[in-house]
Amino acid sequence: MSPQVLIDGLIAGATIGLGAIGLTLTYSILRFANFTHGDFLAWGAYLTLTVSGFLGGLLAGLGIGEPIGPFSFGWGLPLSLLAGAGLTIVLTLILDKILFGQLRRRGADTIIIVMASFGASMALRSVLEFIYTANPQYLTRELQIAQPVGFGMRATPDQLLTIAVTALLVLALHLVVTRSSTGRSMRAVSENPSLAGVYGIDVQRVIRVTWVIGAGLACVAGVMSGLLVQIRPYMGFDLLLPLFAAAILGGVGSIPGALLGGLIIGLAEAFTVQIVGAEWRAGVAFVVLVLVLIIRPTGLFGRTV
Amino acid sequence: MEYLAYGAFFLTLAMTYSIICLGLNVQWGQTGLFNVGVAAFVGIGAYTSVLLTTPETADRVGGFDLPIAVGWIGAALMSGLISFFVGALTIRMRSDYLAITTFGIAIALQLCFQNLEPLTGGVFGVGFIPRAFSGIQDDALLFNYANLGLATLLVVAIYVVLEHLARSPWGRVLRAVREDETAAQSLGKNPTSLRLQAFVLGGAIMGLAGAVQAHFIGFVAPANYLPMMTFQVWAMLIVGGSGNNKGAIFGAVLVWAIWALSGSLISELFPPDQQARAASLQIVIIGVMLCLILLWRPQGVLPERQSISKHLGQRNET
Amino acid sequence: MTALAVKGFQAGYDPDLPIVKGVSFAVKKGEAVTVLGPNGAGKSTLIKAIAGQVACLGGQVTLGGDDITGVPSYALAKRGLGFVPQTENIFAQLTIRENLQIASELVEKRRRAGQIDKMFDMFPDLKLRPNDLAGTLSGGQRQMLAAARALLTDPPVLMLDEPSAGLSPKLVGQVFETLARVHAAGVTLILVEQNVRAALGLASRALVLVDGELAHDGPTDALQDSTTLGRLFLGNRTREVAR
Repeated sequence: MSPQVLIDGLIAGATIGLGAIGLTLTYSILRFANFTHGDFLAWGAYLTLTVSGFLGGLLAGLGIGEPIGPFSFGWGLPLSLLAGAGLTIVLTLILDKILFGQLRRRGADTIIIVMASFGASMALRSVLEFIYTANPQYLTRELQIAQPVGFGMRATPDQLLTIAVTALLVLALHLVVTRSSTGRSMRAVSENPSLAGVYGIDVQRVIRVTWVIGAGLACVAGVMSGLLVQIRPYMGFDLLLPLFAAAILGGVGSIPGALLGGLIIGLAEAFTVQIVGAEWRAGVAFVVLVLVLIIRPTGLFGRTV
Repeated sequence: MEYLAYGAFFLTLAMTYSIICLGLNVQWGQTGLFNVGVAAFVGIGAYTSVLLTTPETADRVGGFDLPIAVGWIGAALMSGLISFFVGALTIRMRSDYLAITTFGIAIALQLCFQNLEPLTGGVFGVGFIPRAFSGIQDDALLFNYANLGLATLLVVAIYVVLEHLARSPWGRVLRAVREDETAAQSLGKNPTSLRLQAFVLGGAIMGLAGAVQAHFIGFVAPANYLPMMTFQVWAMLIVGGSGNNKGAIFGAVLVWAIWALSGSLISELFPPDQQARAASLQIVIIGVMLCLILLWRPQGVLPERQSISKHLGQRNET
Repeated sequence: MTALAVKGFQAGYDPDLPIVKGVSFAVKKGEAVTVLGPNGAGKSTLIKAIAGQVACLGGQVTLGGDDITGVPSYALAKRGLGFVPQTENIFAQLTIRENLQIASELVEKRRRAGQIDKMFDMFPDLKLRPNDLAGTLSGGQRQMLAAARALLTDPPVLMLDEPSAGLSPKLVGQVFETLARVHAAGVTLILVEQNVRAALGLASRALVLVDGELAHDGPTDALQDSTTLGRLFLGNRTREVAR
């Protein structure tokens, strides 16, 4: 087997990990399994694509539309990503306001909120399909050549960038959650929301912060996946099971756990493609999920189920 | 004449959805278990029955040429068995783990339908499935009526059995477990085992429905068992009224009608090249409807008789 | 002069089944009041509802003259209404210092570190290993952390739900000594207790709640040998002796 499988797995795993972090945060703070999270990735990718469509012409007019250094995209993409992340955040906050927040206020059971997220995810995905059609779209048309990176492995500059961006974002988020006052409040709400109120924490504000972080990371993950593969309305749906499996494998609520879980799933998928065949790739996450539930339902860094 | 045949065809499909919905009602309405893999349990039933009843084929495993009734029973048993494994794995854990795991099994089984070609016929599936009343197939109207009669009979039979079960001591304890697990436990009832029984029963009914549907439409293919189906069935149950068997049947017919009508409306309104795209609007309609019902009338059109499920109640304010 | 008052107050988990059924009383500034009553009388529900933890179903609550009915609990904490729940009253998965740091965010930035140190001085046990998870503390130490967290913000009014629950008699003594000091410093106390003897020793006034309604409101010394109280608390007294 070629060592290439390692780097392929890590690259896919970085995207899954980044998406799973958002999922694990909303899971532990809002306390429900959010089936719309995959669609946030897809929406983030499409929103970024749309903005970059507008920006592209503008930047080309200014003469800075050319690809940056070794990468396949110009300054338009990072700028569009910022705008796309902002729009994705707005989308999740609206969804929380009109749907999840309403159900929370009525004291609806967790499972009702899960069901609402399931219905919303179908609707969100189909709206994307209606607006953009089911045809795949691309953030860049540039071709990239994979460079040797040692140990017989090759990767394109874009691929290496996604790994670096993931590492940077996860480190930053980890510091925020463990060191800052906002992070402290988030951990407190995840342990006991009603006690958090007694301590003087505005739980609604913490929930909004959680959506902001989750949606922002989802957008970055969606754009990374769109950059390396392609953008389709169903991309988020196809990633949803790997995201859940990664979050549960890492232990719900654990940020390093979600990243590690994502990398493990990515690697397992890459090995499956090599050994068993590409057509079984989508089943890997299910096998991992079942194994975790049998062996260690709390996950690698989990506290309680 | 054509309308009558179409009407019978439409209603027969609605009846098969009613059966799925009744199965889901045992899991959700009576027990509070959220199954996000309905399509998989329906599909496994369909494929099982097809394997048992089709004539022997060269490029495929089996084709055991057994009677349709045997296929139906096999379908229910197989779906029940898969439900047992999924349930045994997750029912002890927090409620949304079951949702995630059933979502996962739907994806895994969908892959199996597509890739286990010697067993399932791959992406193209299996056609020429033996149909009930195939002797009168040339008379479309009579054939459709006969099938509608059979499907309706099945719905009624399952309805009667489920109503009987709901009133039996078993059904009462099941509801007690759903409403107040601790209290039920203190009465010496084992909630996990009861829930598992209900989950298996519901799964078996879904498998039976899958078989009935497959033998009626005459072919199986992976595309028939997409998450879309799960979503439709959920919309049916929630709209009709979870916990109420009549509501489950009513919801199935109503949502199936909305689906069929919005489908034909779209084919009227949009040019042919835009229709695939416009079809996604159908899903948006159902998705929004599901959310609106959960928000504004969580008990559905026909609410449960006894008491409105605690899932919808005003409990802990946070 | 009135620190906290409730009027026709109703509260509970189900709008059709209020547990607290129309209670009215006023607590003066600097007063120490104890809420007594048999199990299930609605004592806990009463103060949880005042603290914004249980839905208020009717009536009015005022804090220092301002209407605070229906104000969420975090905003009440900001306004100076301290509350210590009976159980799960600390964040076990956060460190001891982090527990205090969260609470300290209610005071001005420059006073935060000083207030945390003050609490460490008041409860030296907490100072031993401030960076350990609060979940590693013993039962008594947890109550101290819960009290320290609430006192850190210098709340004018402090409500406690059974601070003595589950503690050994020696620790109960310590808790009530601390509360007496706090009270002496001018804090208005509202205390729900099952431990009647300890509560009557600290409070100057007792409210007796029976079946969600106020059955008695008066000075504690008059209550020490009241037959009503004897009747109400017969069960609890024997249990206390047994303990």
